[in-house]
Amino acid sequence: MPELHIAGKPLPRPDAPGKTMGYTQYLDDWNLPGMLHARIYYSPKPHALIRRIDLRKALSHPGIHSILTARDIPGKNFIPMMKDDWTFLAEKKAIYPGEPVALIIGNNRESVCRARALIQVEYEDLKPVFDPEESLQTGAPQVNPLGNLIAYHKIRKGNIEKGVSEADVVIEGIYETPYQEHAYLETLGYIAVFHDKEIMRVYGTMQCPFYVQNAVASILGMPQNSIQVIQTPTGGAFGGKEDMPSLFGGLAALAAYKTGKPVKLVLDRRDDILLSSKRHPSRSYYRIGAKKNGALTFCEVKVYLDAGAYATLTPAVLWRCAVHGCGCYRIPHVKVDAYAGATNKIPCGAFRGFGSPQVVFAMERQMDKLAQALGIDPLHLREINCLRKGDETVTGQKLPFSVGLSETISKARSMSKWSKKWRQYPLIKGEKRRGLGCATFLYGVGLGAAGKKLDHAEAHIRIKSDGSVVFSVGTTDMGQGMETVLTQIAAEGLGGIPMEKIRMLPVDTFSVEDSGPTVASRATYTSGTAILSSCEKIITTMKKTASKLLSCKPEEILLEKGCFFRIKSPKAKQIGKNADNKKNAPFLTFEEMASECFSRHIPLSEYGYFDSPPTSWEPETGQGKAYVTYSFATQIAELELDMETGEIELQDIWAVHDIGKAINPQNTEGQIEGGVVQGIGYALMEFISFNEKGMIQNPSFSTYIIPTSKDVPRIHTAIVEVEYPEGPYGAKGFGETPLMGVAGCIANAVVNASGIDISRIPILPEYILQESRKL
Amino acid sequence: MTMTEDVKVKFKLNGRRVEASVKPNRLLVDMIREDFGLTGTKIGCGMGECGACTVLLDGKPAASCLILAVQANGKTIETIEGASPNGRMNSLQEAMVKEGAVQCGFCTPGIIMSATALLRENPHPTEEEIRTAISGNLCRCTGYQKIVKAIKKASKKSE
Ligand code: FES
Ligand code: FES
Repeated sequence: MPELHIAGKPLPRPDAPGKTMGYTQYLDDWNLPGMLHARIYYSPKPHALIRRIDLRKALSHPGIHSILTARDIPGKNFIPMMKDDWTFLAEKKAIYPGEPVALIIGNNRESVCRARALIQVEYEDLKPVFDPEESLQTGAPQVNPLGNLIAYHKIRKGNIEKGVSEADVVIEGIYETPYQEHAYLETLGYIAVFHDKEIMRVYGTMQCPFYVQNAVASILGMPQNSIQVIQTPTGGAFGGKEDMPSLFGGLAALAAYKTGKPVKLVLDRRDDILLSSKRHPSRSYYRIGAKKNGALTFCEVKVYLDAGAYATLTPAVLWRCAVHGCGCYRIPHVKVDAYAGATNKIPCGAFRGFGSPQVVFAMERQMDKLAQALGIDPLHLREINCLRKGDETVTGQKLPFSVGLSETISKARSMSKWSKKWRQYPLIKGEKRRGLGCATFLYGVGLGAAGKKLDHAEAHIRIKSDGSVVFSVGTTDMGQGMETVLTQIAAEGLGGIPMEKIRMLPVDTFSVEDSGPTVASRATYTSGTAILSSCEKIITTMKKTASKLLSCKPEEILLEKGCFFRIKSPKAKQIGKNADNKKNAPFLTFEEMASECFSRHIPLSEYGYFDSPPTSWEPETGQGKAYVTYSFATQIAELELDMETGEIELQDIWAVHDIGKAINPQNTEGQIEGGVVQGIGYALMEFISFNEKGMIQNPSFSTYIIPTSKDVPRIHTAIVEVEYPEGPYGAKGFGETPLMGVAGCIANAVVNASGIDISRIPILPEYILQESRKL
Repeated sequence: MTMTEDVKVKFKLNGRRVEASVKPNRLLVDMIREDFGLTGTKIGCGMGECGACTVLLDGKPAASCLILAVQANGKTIETIEGASPNGRMNSLQEAMVKEGAVQCGFCTPGIIMSATALLRENPHPTEEEIRTAISGNLCRCTGYQKIVKAIKKASKKSE
């Protein structure tokens, strides 16, 4: 690999100054003349027929412009996602509390807010179902119009009976994980403008502008060349702005279309929590076995995800759940059955980890139980079984390169001083205990075989005549720092020009083609690869032109630190402004070349593409090359546990991640720390409570608790770089992984401290107290 | 006076004397954002639970979504726009950028306001004091570690 000057350095983010000074304009920070405001009226019922909608009172409220229902939709009342089941506005039937039924449009937020209370809808109650396993039994009420089995995936490898018979020890367990709310700080918000009644422009906070484009095309029946979706600076997403912007962006467009005025639809926090998708809760049944020496012989998993009422992204989430269900280990015999059942509750969608944190928690508890039964150090048990270069995953995929799992284990072991502490802590008795726990895991990078169709990306770079640069991509920055990383890649790819010369344009569906969603930790390696390919084309043209100007062959031109040298005499003096000097000029600067190309009518504007390396999946056996590559990690938690109160005080988390190559190590660290803290919330405090009608009871930050600065332990991060040859500068995606192992390692640390068998999260003090009584 | 009649409020906003006519039930955050166009102050919850709307009211951090505009009368209000009046970042802001304490940035203005109040009162806070000072400011992106570091660094600079 050539020496890197910009990629691989912890350079500051170009977007940070505007954010710290308050200049950056998020969606709700701007308004347009004559703009109207919209608000959603939603059904409070879990399962009901809609008999009559009476809008008269609401319409006569001052300031109300109009109220739209399903009948006002000129196109299709279907949100294009994975299945054709999801409607923008419920028409005959409402199947979860929070399902949008009408859109109220008025002059200001207060009026639409008040008018909402005046809408009268007559419902006829139907029997609801709230548990996914129940919903899949015969005779259960039909929730989803296409049937309650939203998805089913299986994996069959080897022969499970053989695996069982070979095992000296078999461990069983049932595990439960809760809903998780994204709690991005900026709520969902969209502005739609029907420009000259020709182009529908939708601005907003989102991960996937092309999903929104398709949603607007559906609801309005308009072609894609009449729909321009532009992402505004996005205040966090974590998966929560993958599916939901299609619904709310689509409704904003409908309102603008119907009223002919710009319309703003911003959800307040309460509505945002009540009406937006969550992480799927899960229940899983595990059985694993190993020989006396610790080698795993089989893993059998049955897992149920609660999909909520509509499919949205569930089939993909469930697939990732199935593939990650047996962890990061070499296992000859595998049987996985993964089901997603529909229930009369809020639909679940994407959330950092996408179906895998649930099963990583379960599998990592299983591994610890197994270690205990075998009398083996749990971290060592993982070392015995962990995937290494050349091994096969549970889907039969050979791993030819970039497998840094064992390195992450040894690094985490020495950083945390594992061996000594892990043995000592269980010996501490009394009220205040201490514990250490670990988790190891993998993450399939990108959309994988299940999302093949979408797994491509386009980038466009243009060099302006003064040598400054703009580029466009179809993936988004939602706070994770993609803009920074891609700018670094572009700066490096253009021969080491300074980052300040490069600007990423707002993501706009008119500037590049659909590049798939910004999910699955894929932005860096997909858009990064596309950028490098456009850079290459531009550099080839510039070198060719430079060679003419420096009278040499293109091969004799060397591009370094933004200068085109004639290799033979790199040290001679720079040409001046005087054109006469050019013949003898040993080098030209990037700016000079940009201006030369411009005046010679040589375009420096190139598209680049990323096409995913092939993946495959055999649905009957679950065998194939599931993902292009994997990221790996080991996480260790140390905590104090008060046996009297059940309270846990986290002390330290060590998070060691193999990510191929860190394009920006500071950014990487930030991703790890942030992900770990979301994982802490998941492990220890976050849950949604429902009433008996399936309605969310805690739609606020005083009732849905997320970690504050005081809940966070010391976080020690380390990066392992086992390069991924197909990624830009060796990088592979990893943004989701930091969250994934936290619940497992914390649960294992609680067990290490107390001997309590943890089988569900969040681990609240009540749970500890209740279980400690059983000891 | 009926609830619909406008009330005059006079106060100091980022060092300047200003006045506005507001409805008695208008929130401070709405007045700042809409009437004065200072949109650096964010709304993350509207219920006093996230700290995104933090401004300094007579030097003390306050959730502007819980305060009525009329309560600003005769007071001093500072917003994020007042922290870098010439478009140049102050040392705290620079530290936030340098330390990588900004991700999505939605919590950032509120955190800077809370930290500004802390550093004025206590120029050399301990890590614990920093964590306490920003404990009302939720950040879902960063895990707080780099924010705490940045505030610490800014406090060292002022030595
Ligand atoms: S918006 Fe005021 S505290 Fe959240
Ligand atoms: S940086 Fe996103 S909430 Fe703090």
